[in-house]
Amino acid sequence: MKNQEILQSLSCYHCGDVIHGTDLLFDDKHFCCTGCKSVYQLLSQNNLCNYYAYNHAPGSRSEGHSHFEYLDEPKIVDQLIDYKDKENTIVTFYIPAIHCSSCVWLLEHLYKINTAIYRSQIDFIKKEVSISFKNQEISLRKVVEILTNIGYEPLLSLQDVVKEKHKATDKSLILKIALAGFCMGNVMLFSFPEYFGLSITEKEFQQLFAWLNLLFCLPVTFYCARDYFTSALTSLKHGHINLDAPLALIIAVLLLRTAISTVLMNGPGFADTLTGLVFLLQLGKWVKQRTYYHISFDRDYRSYFPIAVTTLQNGKEHATAIAELKVGDRLWIRNGELIPADSILMKGEAWLDMSFVTGETEPQQKVLGEITYAGGKQLGEAIEVEVVKPVSQSYLTSLWNKEYTKGNNSQGFNDSVAKYFSLAVFVLAFGTLAYWFAQGNSTKAWNAFTAVIIVACPCVLALSTPFTLSAILSVFDKKGFYVKNTDAVEHLAHCDTIVFDKTGTLTSTEQADVCFTGLLTEEEKKMAVSLLRHSAHPLSRRILKYLDFNKFYPITKYKEIPGKGIKGWVNEQMVYAGSQAILPFDVKVGVGSGVHLVINNSYKGCFSVEQKWRAHLPELIWKLQQSFQLKVLSGDTNTEEAYLKQIFPANADIRFQQSPHDKLEAIQTLQQHATVMMLGDGLNDAGALKQSDFGIALTDNINNFTPGCDAILKGSSLAYLPHFHQLSKAGLKIIKTSFAIAIAYNCVGLYFAVQGTLYPLVAAVLMPLSTVTIIGFTTLATRFYAHQNQLQ
Amino acid sequence: MNILYFLIGCSVLMALVFLGAFFWALKDGQHNDVHTPGIRVLFDDELPDAPEDPKPAKQDEKTD
Repeated sequence: MKNQEILQSLSCYHCGDVIHGTDLLFDDKHFCCTGCKSVYQLLSQNNLCNYYAYNHAPGSRSEGHSHFEYLDEPKIVDQLIDYKDKENTIVTFYIPAIHCSSCVWLLEHLYKINTAIYRSQIDFIKKEVSISFKNQEISLRKVVEILTNIGYEPLLSLQDVVKEKHKATDKSLILKIALAGFCMGNVMLFSFPEYFGLSITEKEFQQLFAWLNLLFCLPVTFYCARDYFTSALTSLKHGHINLDAPLALIIAVLLLRTAISTVLMNGPGFADTLTGLVFLLQLGKWVKQRTYYHISFDRDYRSYFPIAVTTLQNGKEHATAIAELKVGDRLWIRNGELIPADSILMKGEAWLDMSFVTGETEPQQKVLGEITYAGGKQLGEAIEVEVVKPVSQSYLTSLWNKEYTKGNNSQGFNDSVAKYFSLAVFVLAFGTLAYWFAQGNSTKAWNAFTAVIIVACPCVLALSTPFTLSAILSVFDKKGFYVKNTDAVEHLAHCDTIVFDKTGTLTSTEQADVCFTGLLTEEEKKMAVSLLRHSAHPLSRRILKYLDFNKFYPITKYKEIPGKGIKGWVNEQMVYAGSQAILPFDVKVGVGSGVHLVINNSYKGCFSVEQKWRAHLPELIWKLQQSFQLKVLSGDTNTEEAYLKQIFPANADIRFQQSPHDKLEAIQTLQQHATVMMLGDGLNDAGALKQSDFGIALTDNINNFTPGCDAILKGSSLAYLPHFHQLSKAGLKIIKTSFAIAIAYNCVGLYFAVQGTLYPLVAAVLMPLSTVTIIGFTTLATRFYAHQNQLQ
Repeated sequence: MNILYFLIGCSVLMALVFLGAFFWALKDGQHNDVHTPGIRVLFDDELPDAPEDPKPAKQDEKTD
């Protein structure tokens, strides 16, 4: 119990991290860094300490500071805001840090910090906050700075994440479902007396009910089912026939028969069948359309790029939107900022983290006059570069300007069958009509025609696919596998080759192990820890955690050089920690990347962060090689080749130092004779992910940014990959089986229908019955297969 | 029995009102976010000693 208390007292009041370095005290509360402390100060000044009441340590540690000068540019501001008039501005931000109810509370009480912000509303699932403010009293830049100061920095990137999402939502389908459901319910109500037989006194209502039913059919046909008519007409115009054609025919025939029997008062019409059919069809469409609103599958390099960059014009700094950059512009790139276009280094010392482009984490040094590629992140002092290629034509970004032709553009099962099915329905229906007319029996001809059409309704075909595939989607997402849409599941089933990226895919970036080459005495450990605890750099914190040492020396002359490392005077000795660039002398220790340690002018060794292979990797590869051709494309150097060769089968192709373009080309070559699934994680895989038949972005946190892909897979669920594939294959089997069942149903019905012995009303009961059977079958079968594949 | 005509008319009319209400709510964006209101409703009201003062109250500030 006592132990627990001690542990708790050592964690940061704001972010909950265990305090390793300096322990900052304020208001009797412990903080791990000045960032956390200043957020607390700001909140307590504004009476917002309730923030800490709803959740334990709700804050998140902020990573450095961004510059928002560009938000003073009216052109850039106009791109961002939703609405503006003389007094008010409304803007919506995507804030990745939103994660708990405290976030909601704080962001909805922004008015306490600045009264000019008079309304703020959160959408928790989408992680969006919509803010209204008085633009005379506060600028957009100030709003963003307030958000940043309280630890909720909005994500402002070249690709507008917020507006992109809003485009996708379509309300008209919901409207149609509601209307169709409403009409169906009412029609059922008015049809009940008919079903049970009417007594003589009730007969007088028969006509009223019939007219009301007809009335309800009109909006259903002309509004809800409108798409089927337009789609059928366009496809007929183009000389081919799709699944919507027979559906449109059925709906038209049902409406006509209902209208005729209502006007002539010769029995009940088909209002119930018509409204029910349309309702079910719309429901199927809706199931097919379902998406994950909190995940975006269409991100490209623009999501990683900032919205603006600092340019130098006549020696003065000026914020310019990325879209307006021209060849010849001088850019001023600060520590941690991204180079947005291919350019030449003009001034300063460039240490570029190219992990976006190549996957290689060791920063590269560039000399004056050398080309710096777009996507590189500067570490260290600010540099000046001159743009040589526009943003869209830079080396990395040009990956997106290609037109992607997916390998063998496999048609879904539905599309391939639909043509023949629809044709068969037309031939049978009109053949029956013609035959009975030739026999001179026109009443029988129309009855038989209607019955054939109803019985042969392809609604099973239209419904079994979305229901099965969406059931599979929900099995997947419970296991951390988020597939873009139902069509993608079919693509997954057809894959026969898997291509892996290495860094971040086969290895995990989050569970990296620190190891030290060399030996440290207790005294040296103490000195290293004394120096490192002053640095907020993630590597320093990781090493501190690794060393786990709690005695310190005082330190003087501490200096941190961004991108290189730290140095300081500890116990009368100079201590250096960082990359080779900071060391006072050259050490010949090979290419080893990591944090080198020098105490009192003698080299002590190097802390390197070793990436850990993901759990159960050998088992996974062993399982996969039985049904797939495997391949590894790594952007990294070949240091891990021996291990990879060991776990991968002998015939697997393992390549290193692949550029994003190499990866893309490799996929294209493979696609000439295979269906390729690509697993990657970073922007450097983005081209290959998009090109592959089924691209999976692997991530340890699904809220992280992932490049455009067909599916997002949680790192911890990688081991389930073979099961996911099996289930998607089973899904196709289910769809085909349900189709076979429906055909069997229809054949029996048709046998009677063409002879004119099946009364249309019986057919109208048979049709929904078969639909319900099929939906029930697909749901149960999916559950069964999910169970069999250990996914439930 | 004629009263039934009136009642049927009433029932259809009422159903239409409900349908209209649903359409209204949909257009109004009530169904856009169904998660956050559930969180919002659990927040306590402001304590009386912390009035909604436009000027930031400084009594919490202590020595740095």
